[in-house]
This record gives sequence, C-alpha cells and structure tokens, in this order.
Amino acid sequence: MADVTLTVDGKKVTAPAGTLLIEACKTVGIEVPSFCYYPNLSLQGACRMCLVKIEKMPKLQTACTTVISEGMIVTSDSEEIKQARKSMLEMLLGNHPLDCPVCDAGGECELQDMTFSYGAAESKFMEAKNHKDEQQWSPVVFFDRPRCILCYRCVRVCGEGMDVWALGVQNRGVSSIIAPNKEDHLECEECGMCIDICPVGALTSGAYRYKTRPWEMKHVGTICTHCGDGCKTTLGVRRADTGMEIVRGDNRDKSGTNGDFLCIKGRYAFDFANHEERLTQPLIRKEGKLTPATWEEAFQLIGKKFAEVRDRDGGSAIGVIGSTRTTNEESYLLSKFARMVLKTNNVDHHRTADFPAFAAALRGKADATASMADVFTAPAILLIGNDPTEQHPLLAWQIRNNVRLHRSRLYVINSQAIKLRRQATNFMQIPAGAEGKVAAFLAGDDAAADAIINSSSTKDQWNSLRDTLRGEQNLVIAFGSEILGSDLSSLVTFGSAIAGAKFVCLADYANSRGAADMGLYPDLLPGYHPISGSSEFHTEWGEIPQAAGLDLSGMVEAASTNKLKALYVVGSNPIGRLKIDSFAFSNSFVVVQDMFLTETAVVADVALPAANAYEKSGTFTNTCGDLQLVKKAGEVTGTKADFEMIVRIADAMGFDVRKLVPIGGGTHADMGQSRGAQSGEADRHAVWLEAHGLEPKLSPFDPMAILDEIQRLVPGYDVSRMNLLAGNSQHTSLAKAGPGVAHRPESISPANDTLFSSGTLGHYSRALKSVMESHEVKPAEVAAD
Amino acid sequence: MKFSEEFEARFAEMVPHYPTKRSALVPTLLYAQDEVGFLSDEVIAELAGRLDLTELEVRNVISYYSMLTTKPRGKFNLQVCTNISCLVRGGEEILQHCAKKLGVGHKGTTPDGLFTLEEVECIGACSWAPAAQVNYDFHENLTTEKMDRVLDKCLAQAQEQLQRIKSVDSLADTLSQRSEG
Ligand code: SF4
Ligand code: SF4
Ligand code: SF4
Ligand code: FES
Ligand code: FES
Repeated sequence: MADVTLTVDGKKVTAPAGTLLIEACKTVGIEVPSFCYYPNLSLQGACRMCLVKIEKMPKLQTACTTVISEGMIVTSDSEEIKQARKSMLEMLLGNHPLDCPVCDAGGECELQDMTFSYGAAESKFMEAKNHKDEQQWSPVVFFDRPRCILCYRCVRVCGEGMDVWALGVQNRGVSSIIAPNKEDHLECEECGMCIDICPVGALTSGAYRYKTRPWEMKHVGTICTHCGDGCKTTLGVRRADTGMEIVRGDNRDKSGTNGDFLCIKGRYAFDFANHEERLTQPLIRKEGKLTPATWEEAFQLIGKKFAEVRDRDGGSAIGVIGSTRTTNEESYLLSKFARMVLKTNNVDHHRTADFPAFAAALRGKADATASMADVFTAPAILLIGNDPTEQHPLLAWQIRNNVRLHRSRLYVINSQAIKLRRQATNFMQIPAGAEGKVAAFLAGDDAAADAIINSSSTKDQWNSLRDTLRGEQNLVIAFGSEILGSDLSSLVTFGSAIAGAKFVCLADYANSRGAADMGLYPDLLPGYHPISGSSEFHTEWGEIPQAAGLDLSGMVEAASTNKLKALYVVGSNPIGRLKIDSFAFSNSFVVVQDMFLTETAVVADVALPAANAYEKSGTFTNTCGDLQLVKKAGEVTGTKADFEMIVRIADAMGFDVRKLVPIGGGTHADMGQSRGAQSGEADRHAVWLEAHGLEPKLSPFDPMAILDEIQRLVPGYDVSRMNLLAGNSQHTSLAKAGPGVAHRPESISPANDTLFSSGTLGHYSRALKSVMESHEVKPAEVAAD
Repeated sequence: MKFSEEFEARFAEMVPHYPTKRSALVPTLLYAQDEVGFLSDEVIAELAGRLDLTELEVRNVISYYSMLTTKPRGKFNLQVCTNISCLVRGGEEILQHCAKKLGVGHKGTTPDGLFTLEEVECIGACSWAPAAQVNYDFHENLTTEKMDRVLDKCLAQAQEQLQRIKSVDSLADTLSQRSEG
C-alpha cells in the first residue's frame, strides 16, 4: 500500500496507508498507552487510554481506532491528554480492589504501570466497592471479577484467536461482566491465552495463582517439550530445596514463532518436573529388586556389562532406543556412541512420521520445506490428514490466524470433520484411510479418485479442487502420518509442480524430527545417509559396523530368541507406548535413562535418573525443521542430563571420550552441567560466558561441542549460529540430505495425543490430568463468521 | 421446541432480510418472549441453534437489554420511570404507590402472577412525564389516580379473559375480591 506521512509530536512518521495511529507511533518509538487495543485482534475502543490530540478534530481521539492519513498532525502527550488518561484510570480504579500486594499480576500489571505513569493517586469516588469472590471456571482458569477492567482482550483472543468463543460479556455499562460459556464454568480448550493476555490479575491460572511474585523468579525462554511444533515458552524458576523449581510457564518472551500462542501443554504442563515420583538416584537391580546405588557403581556396572557383551557376542547383541524428547546433541551423541562405542546399528526410536521418505522425496530440492513462520504467511495451505487442533496446536493457530488476518485460502482434506474445516475455503471429507489415495489422485492418478469419493463429494469436485490447487502459488502442503512411503513421494511430485510450494511433514513429539535427522535409525546415519554407503560420517567416525541393524520390532524378536543380550533405552518408554510385552527383554541386560519408573524403567537392571528438556541445554528441531535453542531452566538435584550419562558410560567402557565429544584442547573445567558444592560457582561462570556471547566448550559434557559437529556434518544444519544463540529459530533444509531408505509402514506409530495428553510425560502432569478428568473437549458450538 | 405458527411465519419472513442470520436475533428474542413469557433455557438453546450462535452469545445479548428477561414475569409488566424528568414530576411517588398497592418491590411479581413491577430508566417519554409502561403500552402524565385506573383496566382485562375460561373459577374469585378491595 502507498505510504502516508504524518507528524507526531513534531516527528515525521511514514507508514503504509491503513496503518493504525497507535502502530504508526510505535515505529518512531512513541508509546501510546492502551488497555483494550491488542495487535491482531479486532478493535474495541473501550478503554480510552490511547486518547491523543489530532489537529482539526474537535475532541481527543482514540489512537487505536484511528487510521493514519496524509498530513495528520498529532500530539501524543500534553496536559489535556494526561488529564484525560488520569480520569480514565480513576474510573477504572473506582471498583478496583487494589489488592496488588497479593495479586498474581502485581509487579507486571499494566494497570499498575499506568497508574504509576499517570498518577491518579486520589479517588473522588466514595461509593462502597462491589465485591465478588474469586470464581474457579475450570482447573486452569480462575476469575477475580473486581480486578477486571473490561478491556475484552480475553473475549477476543478466545474467539478470534482460538476459535473457541468460550468467553462473553454480559449486562451493560458499569455492570458488564465477563462470563464463561457454561454459566458458572468453562468448557474450552484450556489454553490459558485469556489469562496471559489479561492486562491485570483478573484471570489467573490454577498452576500459578498465589504461588510467588514475578520478581522472585528467573525467567528462561526455552522450547516446549510436548508436541512437535516448537513453541517458545518462558519458564519462571526459583530456588527450592531440590534445586531450581519451575513455578510458572507463560508467554512473557514473545520472540518465538508462536508469538502470543501457547497451548495448555506449553503453558501449564511443566509440572511433571516437580512430580514426587521423580527418580533422583540411580537404581540397580539387586536380588530382583531395584535398589538405590551411587552413580559410580551404576556407571561401572553398565560399562562392564556393555563392554562384556560387545566383546563376547558382538555389537549386534546390543540394542539402543533413543528419544523423541532429548536434544539433537543427545540424539546425535547416542547415534554416534552406538556405532563407535557399542559397535551396533541396532538403533531406533518411536517413529511417528516417515522422515526418511520425506528426505528422499525432497532430495536436491532447495527451499522445499516450510517453516512454522511460513504457515502464518502463506497465501494458500493444503492440509491432508491429522487434526492440528488436537495434535499440533501451534500449527492450527498459525493456519487459523493466517486465514483470519491474511485471508489465506485453506484446503482441508480429512476423514473427520476436524475443527479447522471452519476456516477452510474448501473442505473435502474422505473415507478413513484414503489419504494415500488422495496423494495419488493429486499426482495425476485418476483411477485413485474412486477411493476418495464418498457421499459428500463428486469426481467433478475433486477434479476442480486439483485444478485449483495446481493454480496456486507458494502453497504450503502439510500432511499427517497417514501419508507415508510412496504416497508421500506422489504428494511431493504433485507439489513440486506448483511454483514455490513447500511441505510440512507432521510428527508428534518435541524432537521427533531431531531424532530422525540425527540418525536414530538402524539403517541411517545422521542426515539420512544410509549406513551401507559412504559419507562424511563414515570417514569421521572411523570404523563403524556396515550392515543395517535391527529396528525396534527386530530387537524385540531378537530378545525373544536370546540374541539381544543388552538394551540401552534413553528417554523412551517403548513398553508403555508401543504395546511391547513387558517380559520381552527379561533375558537382556536393560539400562534405562528416564525421569520416572515408567513401564520400561521398571523392568530395567539399571535405571538412571534423567534430567528433562527443561533442565538442560541444547537444540530441538520442530516438525517443520526449525532449529531452536533449548535453555536450562529448572534443576532437580540427583538427576543428570542424558548427554552426561552417555559420555560417562563411554568413559566407563574405556573409550576415549574426546573421540566422542570434540572438546577444545588442553583446558579442563566443568562449566555448565556440574552439580554439588561448586555448582553455583560453575553456573555463574556459565552465565557470564553466555552473557558475553561466549560458549563454554571445555567439558566433555558440553552439548555445544556436539552442536559444532552437527552443524559441520549434518546436511542442512549449517544455519547461523549467532541467530540460534540469540534465540531465533533457524530453518534447516533437507535439500542436501542423504538418499534415505524405504521403511515398512508398520514401523511408524502415531502418538495420537490430544490437546490434553502427551505420551508418557502426560501421565505425570497434574495440570493435564485434572483437565482430562474435569471434562472432555467438545469443539465450540459454531464457527466464527 | 415448538413455537406458534404465527411465530414461525414471522421468523421465516424476517431472517432473509438480514445479511447474516445472527442479525435477526433481537427481534426473534422479542417475539419468543411475547409468546413464551420469558426466555427460558430451552428458548435460548433453540434460537442459538437456528441462528448459528453459541448459547453464550444469545445470553450476552439478552443480558444487555432490560426488555429481555430470562425469568418468568407477570402478565402485566409494569415499568415505572424514575429517571430525571419523571423524578421531578413525581415518578418516585407513582412507583411507591404501585409498590404499596401491589405489595411487591422492584422486579417483584404478585403471587397471582398478574403484575411484575419494575423501576426503569428513561423510556423516552420525558415530555409527558411522569410516565410508565405496561407491556408495550405507554401511560403518560400520571397521577396516582390515573395509575389506579390503569391498574384497574388491567384487572378488568384479565378478568374478562378469565371469565371466558369458565373452568378457572377460583382464580376469578380472587380477582374480583381484589378489584373490590
Ligand atoms: S479456550 Fe483458552 S482463551 Fe478460551 S476461555 Fe479457555 S483458556 Fe481462555
Ligand atoms: S478479565 Fe482481564 S482480559 Fe478479560 S476483560 Fe477483564 S481485564 Fe480484560
Ligand atoms: S503447541 Fe505444541 S509446542 Fe506449542 S505449547 Fe502446545 S504442545 Fe507445546
Ligand atoms: S486502547 Fe484505544 S480505546 Fe482502548
Ligand atoms: S425520564 Fe422518564 S421518560 Fe424520560
């Protein structure tokens, strides 16, 4: 749009026509105070805090609803304006309880800040205040009505942003109140968006209310450990007997792709970290029972056993199962450790998407994957399979808001009437299981049409949809785990004919993509390089076994015939999640690293207490391929990061750990992950180094050393390290990845998580459990218009 | 739920007049209230369904307008204005007079279900203050005597209707006693 020039407080401001005055002011650093205005939500004009003087206009005008025009002369601050704002505040405070000393928002409250700036210290109101007790609307949402300043941000974000429409306004004028959809309680997605967007402490969360004050916490922006979307969540931590306790999750740090968004999991399901069943010391099976032991004893035992099996029965008698929630550095290290130290290719993880086929299909195609940010800006989106509202809440948010704010065209093809159909330009319902046929049809196989037509669609409609899609540009094509193998390559064939088309392959866990990229496969090395071929890894890692190993089901079978003598499980619960018989590994020596005694950990011979992703540093790759920095927030004494444990086991096996973790020459210091008496000291050094943009790469437990190697060797990971450290997401590419290999479709088993479940982790989150018990989510009754 | 044929005819006629269905909400609510007497949960659910709204949205609108109610009220809804013009011209006395006569206060309904009394803000009849409204009819330049006549007329009307329904004798008795007293 053409630019418009105006003057604000004597400064020239140029902005595109159509810009709101309040936004135009921001571009030159002039902050116009506001309560009800919120970027990307509909305009409200309710609070009148943003009043400014515009020449030739008789009264003060609201900057949040005024569109700029050529030659406008604006004053954003004057005695008159100050006075107006002061009176507004006086009204707002008229019935405000002024309970700041106990209010959750105290210290980060917009009403406090404004009162401080405009100082309506005295009130002329004599009326008694109208009190109303705090109400609990759901396990997540609490409402303290007298604190509400009726800005309607909550109502709008729930309706417009979330498409849930669970909050409304009742009555009128001074008696207006915010009301939940079920009269005295809420039936909603429990995202907590309304709570975080509330400028005051009227909406508070079950997870955090009355726990601590904002200034008593340290705030760490890190990546959510639940689904595969990679939201940035800010964890508030404070000192506790057991280390650093996570007390809050919110959206204070809006620098992530998710902006304002977090679902219930990223915001409130951090509580597994403080669960009382957390393992805090190593356990060794003695006389049939798991018995507490020291770390030394555990590492010595594991080292001895693993070396014994390897030397006696060969590496192929050892199996390794990696995690979809550990960092890239840990997955990479595990992959390397298995091959170099254990000498085995029996490596696998819980697969939820066919990334090897995806990499193979996209080989040589530059810019063919969409980042999570692209989903918010693409002019058109095709979604086949999956239910993002439940399984990929951020993706759903990006899609929904792209449609709402940029009028993106959305095409949904699904066997269910998923909630996103409400935003769809075109929704096609297909028979269950026909997603693959859709891919074939799109790629030009007209015979496949018969399998996708049902009572609600005709062949003509499908033909015209295909033509429409072919006519799109810069289309983002997102698909669920229904599309695998050759169907996936058909879909890529179809999409590649569309100019600028980009793909998103949806996988379920926080670092599912990382696990795949880092080569947690029996037949693939990092970057989808086949084990039997040649690659830089073959050269750098030296002698590694050449034959493809066993996948998970192969390992189970080998264990049943006594061929699998040892099993090393890192942050995974195959017995609980993949329906594997709990006696399957009874004859193997089983080592499990986990937070809890999961179904898998209870059968272990050695169980090691692991730190979770909120308690360590490294990187995650989301399902789109966006690489992001994971930062240490919490800490539970007695646990160790998987990274450190892998290195310690290698050491106990007599392996030179420098070959595993390429640390800097000569200096010896333990900077980041150490615990015990010196930990405060070491942490302070680490903090100092970090603050100065330096990386402490001195310890064999330092994941950054492995990140160096990943960036050097894994195709597509050579992104800007500086941007990564600065906290920005960096999109990786599959264009130069290895050729991949074809896998059996059965080796992929979707997590089928809902908005309120999160694999094994979800069982240990009270927040999620309480919500599940309190209600089942039903989608809101109708669509937005 | 079932509405009368008349309601259905009006509804069908009205909806296409608006660009979006939801715009027909306020008149629909009024018609439904006239017919049922108040906006019950059942009515709310029904209309939300018909107009593609959430029940919450329908409730939000009802709560905004004082003419719409979710609670049953008397056959005659007597709204006495006590806003500024009426106040200076004796609106308060009219209200007190009615309260005494009917034996109920603001938003109260007489036990026989005939009258609901309500104190309201300006009803736009300031030029003829003090004013009151009985259902959709305005009564202006009121005095207590004039108010009595209005109430009596209501009673007579109710009585007449009741007499037509012969089977409800006992209630008619109460009414006649009342009009005598
Ligand atoms: S869906 Fe989210 S924004 Fe809406 S009421 Fe529930 S928690 Fe609040
Ligand atoms: S509850 Fe908070 S966000 Fe909602 S209207 Fe009140 S002050 Fe605004
Ligand atoms: S959408 Fe996914 S990544 Fe984002 S907060 Fe929810 S679970 Fe976490
Ligand atoms: S911010 Fe402009 S009226 Fe509220
Ligand atoms: S003040 Fe009573 S009608 Fe206007």
